[in-house]
Amino acid sequence: MDEVNSPLLIRKGAEANLYLADWHGRRVVLKKRLPKEYRHVKLDEQIRIYRTVHESQLMHEAKEAGVPTPKIFLIDVKNTTIIMEFIEGKQIKLLLKDLSEIERRNLCFGIGQLIAKLHKKGVIHGDLTTSNMIMNARGKVFFVDFGLGEKSEELEARGVDLHLMKRALESTHYQFAESCYKSVIDGYGSLLSSKELQNILGKIKEIERRGRYVAERRPQVSA
Amino acid sequence: MKDKTLKGCCLGIESTADDFSVGITTFDGKILANVIDAYVPPEGGIHPREAARHHSEVAAKVLEEAFTQSGKKPKDLSIISFSQGPGLGPCLRTGATVARALASYLEIPLVGVNHCIAHIEIGKLWTGATNPVTLYVSGGNTMVVAFEAGHYRVFGETLDIALGNCLDVFAREAGLHQKPGLPFGAVIEKLARDGKKLIPLPYTVKGMDLSLSGLLTAITALLKKGHYKLEDLCYSLQETAFSMVTEVTERALAHTEKKELLLTGGVAANRKLQSMIKAVAEEHDARFDAVQTQFAIDNGAMIAWTGALAYTNGTVTPVEKSFVKLRWRVEEVEIPWMK
Repeated sequence: MDEVNSPLLIRKGAEANLYLADWHGRRVVLKKRLPKEYRHVKLDEQIRIYRTVHESQLMHEAKEAGVPTPKIFLIDVKNTTIIMEFIEGKQIKLLLKDLSEIERRNLCFGIGQLIAKLHKKGVIHGDLTTSNMIMNARGKVFFVDFGLGEKSEELEARGVDLHLMKRALESTHYQFAESCYKSVIDGYGSLLSSKELQNILGKIKEIERRGRYVAERRPQVSA
Repeated sequence: MKDKTLKGCCLGIESTADDFSVGITTFDGKILANVIDAYVPPEGGIHPREAARHHSEVAAKVLEEAFTQSGKKPKDLSIISFSQGPGLGPCLRTGATVARALASYLEIPLVGVNHCIAHIEIGKLWTGATNPVTLYVSGGNTMVVAFEAGHYRVFGETLDIALGNCLDVFAREAGLHQKPGLPFGAVIEKLARDGKKLIPLPYTVKGMDLSLSGLLTAITALLKKGHYKLEDLCYSLQETAFSMVTEVTERALAHTEKKELLLTGGVAANRKLQSMIKAVAEEHDARFDAVQTQFAIDNGAMIAWTGALAYTNGTVTPVEKSFVKLRWRVEEVEIPWMK
C-alpha cells in the first residue's frame, strides 16, 4: 500500500470510497471499504472482508464470461481495499439522456447482452444500475461494483438481478425507463433460447408479484 | 383556491391496518386533533376482518373525541380526507365508508390520500424538513423514498416482508406479549439491551432493496433449537435487520445527495434504529429527524394534512371514484405541492 501516491477521493459511495491514485506509474482506482460506525464491529468486518474478496473474484469471472471489468492489481484484505485499473470514461447514467432513441436502444440492447453473458457464467451482479456501468472512449461498456454480487445458477437470482435493473431505470431514468428496459430484455433474450427467455420473464413477473403493493399481484377487490 | 376554503379545517380518517384514527388540521398546517384507537388482537396477528370490526365499533367514539379535542364542529370542516390505500381491504373499506358518509352528509369534498405519502408529509410538517430521504418502517411497509421530478420515488424497499412484521412474528414465536403502549418492537428492544452475543444471521441486501424473510426463518429456527438466550437473539435480530435497512438508506442518501434524512413509521420509535440512521445522516452531512411517535405510527392527522395539501392543489375524489386501492404505489401519485 505504501507505493500508492497522492490518492484523490473521487467518489464517496455508500459502501466504499474510491480514490484515484498513482501506483507504480499507473493510474489506478483504490476501492476502500471503510468501517461503518452504525454496524456491530464483528458484523461490519465480516461484511467488508467478504465483499472485498468476493468482488475481486466475481470481476475476474465476469471477464472470463466476456464482460469487460477493470483489471485487478492488488487485493489488500486487511485494509479491505482493492487496487484496480482506472477506466477513463463516463457512467451510463450520465450518458443515457444525451443519446438519440436509436443509440439508446442499441446501448441498452448491448447491456442486456452483457448481463446475459454474466448470468450464463453463473455470475449475479447484485447491483445493476446505470451508475455501475462505464463506457470508455472507444464505446466499450465496463461493469463495475460487484460488491453485492454472488455466484448462482438459479433462475430466482437472475430474475432479481434483472428486476433490480428495471427498478434502477425507473428511479433514475423515469422518462425512458420502459423503452430502455425493453431493449435490455431484447438484448438479454438474444443470447438465450426462447424457452430460457420465457422462463426468466415468468420468474420476473413472479418476483414483481411478490413485491409489496403491486397492482398485478392479485385481482383488485374494490368497494 | 378561495380564501374561505383555506380558512376551514380538514378531517382525515386513517384505517389501513390495526389503527383507526381521526385527525383534524387547518390548511396552513396546524394540527388540532389526532385521536388514535389501536386494535390489539387477543392473540396472533391482525385478522383484517376482526380489525375492520373494531374500526366500525370505535369510529363514532373516535370522531367525537377528535371534535372535542379540536374544539371544532362538523360545520367548520371544508373537506374530508381518507386513507385510500395501500392497506388491508376490510379495514380500508370501513374508513372509506365513514368518510363517504360524512362528506355526503356535510356536502363537502372528499379527498383520497395515499397512506405512505401521508407518513412523509406529516413527518415533514412536524420536523420542518422540506426535501428529505425518508425511511418508512412499519408493520406493513419498509421503504426508502425521496422526491424526484413530480413524484415520490421508492429507492429501496423490502422484497418480501416488512421490518415491523419481521419483529412481530419473531416476538409471537418467542411467546412474548404486547399491550397498548408497549408493542412487540418495544419488547424486543428492551430484551436486546441485555443481549451481548452477536449470532450470525443471513444479511440480505440486493442493490437498494433488502429481503427479511430469510432472516426471520433463520432466527425462528435458532429460537426453536433453544441454544441461545432470548436476549441474544433479540440483540442479533436488531443488529442484523437494522444494519440492512440502514445500508439501503445510506445508498439512497448517497445516490440522491439530499441533505435531510427522515425516519418514520412504527419502528421509528426504536432507539437503536434511530442511532444507526443518525450515524448515516452525520456521515453524509444530512440533518436527521425521527418523527415523534404519535405522528410516526398510523394516524389521522397525517391523512388530514395530506388531504389539505392535495385539495389546495386541486385534487378531489368523487364518491364514485373513491374505491379503495389495496396496492396503491407511492410512485403513482402526483405531488403538485412540491417543486
